[in-house]
Amino acid sequence: MSTEGNGYKSGSNLEKVLAAGEFAFTGELGPPRGCNAEEVRHKASFLKGNVDSVNITDNQTAVVRMASWAACLLLIQEGLEPNFQMVCRDRNRLAMQADILGAYAHGVRNMLCLSGDHQMFGDHPQAKGVFDIDSMQLIRMVKTMRDEGKFLAGDELDGVPKMFIGAAANPFADPFEWRVHRLAKKVDAGVDFIQTQCIYNMEKFREWIRQANDMGLTEKAYILAGVTPMKSVGMAKYMKNRVPGMDVPDAIIERLQGAGKGKVADEGIKIAVEQIEEFKEMKGVHGVHLMAIEWEHKVPEIAELAKVLPRPQIK
Amino acid sequence: MIVAKRKPFDELKEMIKPYKKVLNVGCGTCVSVCLAGGEKEVAVLNAELDMARKLDDNPIELGAVTLERQCDQEYLAELDDMIGDYDAVVSMACGVGIQFLAERFPEKPVFPGVDTTGLAVNQDVGFYEERCRSCGACVLGMTGGICPVTMCAKGLYNGPCGGTNKGKCEISQDQPCAWFQIHERLSKQGRLDLIMGYKEPVEWLDQVPRMTIQPGYKKPEEEKA
Repeated sequence: MSTEGNGYKSGSNLEKVLAAGEFAFTGELGPPRGCNAEEVRHKASFLKGNVDSVNITDNQTAVVRMASWAACLLLIQEGLEPNFQMVCRDRNRLAMQADILGAYAHGVRNMLCLSGDHQMFGDHPQAKGVFDIDSMQLIRMVKTMRDEGKFLAGDELDGVPKMFIGAAANPFADPFEWRVHRLAKKVDAGVDFIQTQCIYNMEKFREWIRQANDMGLTEKAYILAGVTPMKSVGMAKYMKNRVPGMDVPDAIIERLQGAGKGKVADEGIKIAVEQIEEFKEMKGVHGVHLMAIEWEHKVPEIAELAKVLPRPQIK
Repeated sequence: MIVAKRKPFDELKEMIKPYKKVLNVGCGTCVSVCLAGGEKEVAVLNAELDMARKLDDNPIELGAVTLERQCDQEYLAELDDMIGDYDAVVSMACGVGIQFLAERFPEKPVFPGVDTTGLAVNQDVGFYEERCRSCGACVLGMTGGICPVTMCAKGLYNGPCGGTNKGKCEISQDQPCAWFQIHERLSKQGRLDLIMGYKEPVEWLDQVPRMTIQPGYKKPEEEKA
């Protein structure tokens, strides 16, 4: 993970924390289904000081929301560092590059490059999916803009966006043996950090990270393990049966069921905290990405219990 | 072949409502094979239209003819002598044939009798599955003979995405994940190296109307271009 110039690729807080060898802790915020800026500020208040950077989702699950870049700006105003998620479903290469330039000009320094859920899951199922380029090509495009100062088509940029480039990885989707090679492809494309899919099957994740370690990939990109605390047994079952590419072992569901009335959410948090404790010690894992879905107000408690506070301040 | 399906009857009926004499033109090639717009389907549609218009107290005179192909002027010429007898034409050819027919008779209102649904294979009687989007830059050599543009719901060139689920696509448990299949086939053939590397963004060639002139049929000045 070489750095250049001032020592950093982007100089984002997330990059500084990771480069300093600290265990990173990132959060997530879903923008509202409307222009309710107060809602963004309200959710952000629970994350401030408790995470290094906040992912702002981009029309997640293909449901229209306030633009990711716009919610990123609200976070910057609130003194938090956003991680601008961008999906390939809704924009072609012209719009993507334009949004990257605009977001950077307003202070956005991290990006997460994603394919995006298929539009048929969302609120406009008959929309035309763009997918002009895929997530791998998006990573390379952002890297080319940053490191070569050029657009995808080769023209010179007037002002270069120095983004810290992230991508997702799903260690659980089939075929399992291909997952680490796909990670290798993302590293080859130029990714700086990876945030994984929500992890519940720890055994499978240990195997995936072992393979990534063996291939030297965890020395080339920072890996942030994805954690989503279960709020209820219903949520766990939904994640297991309905969410594509999600691997929820029966043991997790049984443990939540055994927690007793009114204590399921606490048990969900307890599981998440145990996971975070293990990730801190796991070779090749550089941090945790906490996706507390519509549960932002629980982030301070989880961060406290997981002993990841206070967050490091790197000059 | 090119596959199509007949337009909903009410939509068809509404389109030709003002016309009293309509020629229904079938096509004897692709749409005939896929049971959408051949001689038989022309006869069936005409019988339905005839009955419906009688019930509406708006009788119609319908002609029927099925050409060998509607994507070829040579066969469309067979209509030259009969077209004058009709107020309008319904074409049951694919979108290509409908346009070529309309182009030959620019004075005549032409209506589509089918919706063209793609380049597809015959899986069973009356059951067709799309396989090609005619992107103009075939990658089947790299992907084990499985098209990621058509068969992957996101058209990924560096798949599979994180939504692949036990070999199925995230859009449906009935839809196989194309990249899962590509991996499986290349793995069995010992050719996984083909998809290990990063694949550059595609230069889409299907964003403007395309023209194809086979080598040997170009004029000398075009050969150089």
